[in-house]
Amino acid sequence: MNLGNNLDILTITFYGSAILLILIGLYAALVKRSLIKIVIGLSIIDSGVHLLLVSIGYLQGGTAPIFSPAVIDKNPVMVDPVPQALVLTAIVIGFAVTAVALALVIRLYRHHKTVNIDEIKNLKW
Amino acid sequence: MKKVIVLLLLAVVGYYLVDVFSQISFGENRYEGQNVRDFYLDKSKNDLQVSNSVTAIVVNFRGFDTLGEVTVLFLAATALGSILYRRREDAHGGVVLFSASRIVRAGSHLLFAPILLLGAYVFIHGHLSPGGGFQGGTIIATGFLLMLLAYHDYKVSHGVLSWVESLAGLTFVFAGLGGLILGKTFLENFLPVGTINYLFSGGIIPIIYIAVGFKVGAELTGVLYTLLNEKEYKKQ
Repeated sequence: MNLGNNLDILTITFYGSAILLILIGLYAALVKRSLIKIVIGLSIIDSGVHLLLVSIGYLQGGTAPIFSPAVIDKNPVMVDPVPQALVLTAIVIGFAVTAVALALVIRLYRHHKTVNIDEIKNLKW
Repeated sequence: MKKVIVLLLLAVVGYYLVDVFSQISFGENRYEGQNVRDFYLDKSKNDLQVSNSVTAIVVNFRGFDTLGEVTVLFLAATALGSILYRRREDAHGGVVLFSASRIVRAGSHLLFAPILLLGAYVFIHGHLSPGGGFQGGTIIATGFLLMLLAYHDYKVSHGVLSWVESLAGLTFVFAGLGGLILGKTFLENFLPVGTINYLFSGGIIPIIYIAVGFKVGAELTGVLYTLLNEKEYKKQ
């Protein structure tokens, strides 16, 4: 398999699965009736966006951006560390959003005794 | 009907995402001349002597951003507590969890200390190897989660957690202010940087990341504890 072909497969794998994850998450968030499933959908969207960002920073043949003793003298090609740092931030924010969303779900369950948004009258779209 | 609309929406969103990303080449060298990647890699290797350049970016070059991120995490933990707050007389019934079997309890007890040790290792070596404060703090919180799941009456002191959290946050802020006091900018390195790939390298980066590790560990443990100790609502 030559290099160009290999890159095409990688493009489809990484970008394709990231976009697929975003779409699956969006579908779950819009169609599902259970609030827990909606929160899960939102965090699937999160994962898709993270994969997309990290894939943009990839460089063919690049190593992880860490100057460990094994690679420091070889002057290796490294992938872009900036998207990785951004994704590290985004993961933490995603956790915070999920935690608060789940707390609100618990609060709604306490009040309405259900997590089905069809039965919660003031939550329709 | 609604499903059709949603699928139509997904098709439009998917089409534009594919359209945009088919024009961004994957894995190709887009970095020519002066660029951010080479600047950061060079700075973290030569100026800061930090071998993990992601850590150098998160803690030093974008340190202010990380301070905001830690604040968001703190805010989430606080919001969780206040949303789930309930007056004492409303809290009724048993805990959601039930006690695990003897084997699970003994195994969890055995694993608890090594998990904490692994978490501490990950955040202390955040500037040398993959990992850092956020990852190490999360590992520590998983250790507490294991104990909370194994023992239904496992208690975590909220007072100790908030002390750890506050002290770690103050360490972060004062490490940042140190640079300001010594005539540099906020969060700029003011300690000797040492040699790359040694534990004592990178100036204030290990200090800040250890503080972040403690803070994240305490906050995540608090969040898990609050969610798991959500009492069964009293049946009317």
